[in-house]
Amino acid sequence: MNSTESRFNLFHYAAPQAFYPIAGKLAPLFAAIALLLTLAGLWIGFFQAPTDAVQGEVYRVIFIHVPAAWMSMFVFLVMAFWSAVGLTLNTRLSALMAQALAPTGAMFCFVALWTGALWGRPTWGAYWVWDARLTSQLLLLFLYLGYMALVAAIDDPRRRDKAGAILCLVGAVNVPIIYFSVKWWNTLHQGASVSLTKAPSMASIMLSGMLVMALAAWAYTIAVALYRVRVLILERERHTDWVRGELANIGEVH
Amino acid sequence: MNWESWSAFWDMGGNAFYVWGSYGVTALLVIVELVQLRARRLSSTRKLFRLQRAAAGRKLSEVQP
Repeated sequence: MNSTESRFNLFHYAAPQAFYPIAGKLAPLFAAIALLLTLAGLWIGFFQAPTDAVQGEVYRVIFIHVPAAWMSMFVFLVMAFWSAVGLTLNTRLSALMAQALAPTGAMFCFVALWTGALWGRPTWGAYWVWDARLTSQLLLLFLYLGYMALVAAIDDPRRRDKAGAILCLVGAVNVPIIYFSVKWWNTLHQGASVSLTKAPSMASIMLSGMLVMALAAWAYTIAVALYRVRVLILERERHTDWVRGELANIGEVH
Repeated sequence: MNWESWSAFWDMGGNAFYVWGSYGVTALLVIVELVQLRARRLSSTRKLFRLQRAAAGRKLSEVQP
């Protein structure tokens, strides 16, 4: 009884009409959290964390590089999750969630590559090397861009959702390849500084700065994806009565 | 406090280009994404609003030829 009730509720919120106002309430909340966490993270990163004994000041790139790289991988996995849900349960909202996340995932993927290049030059002596970690991360950027191009190119919404979902599910194979690349191949890129199985190999104040920035990236991603999915919902459901009512409200504001 | 002066802070131990290049481009991309998202919402709702009004006009002319 209980389980059927909670199932019913979940499916209730999977309806775009029910999710639209919730997203509108949650998005500014997560935006505020993201702003506060970013300020806290930058303060820890620049004013609390000490100079690194080996790398000097340049290591401070870590406070965006690692959170951005984590986020770029995680967002693609979330997109793959929503794609699987959409393909199997035929829920309308799922594909829109994946499409709302893609630009932000791509942005973090580019940031990871960009900051990695700027960090690599002073520490390795090269902006770019074709090693396993860097190459598989570049492939992830192309998967994001390919997904966005594919979704933008297909006019029929059902075919668009399905094609995008399949690309996501196939492309998700790349994520564990990125993550384990530093173990599986000999690469210039260092191994994981933080993992679930062993103690982190960095000072705790540096680690906490990195984790706060990672949480900020999470909150930012949630906020932006919620704002974006609201636009996608309006466009997708434009022929329904509730969107007509919603547009009438928005129209009065303009 | 890590820094002896603000100029030491901005210099980042001689690595200003790499550190501020990383933070600057990230901040720029975040701002671009937010501006672009806002523009998309505005243009999208305006377009849907126009379509809706056009559809309402068509219906009205069907009723009163």
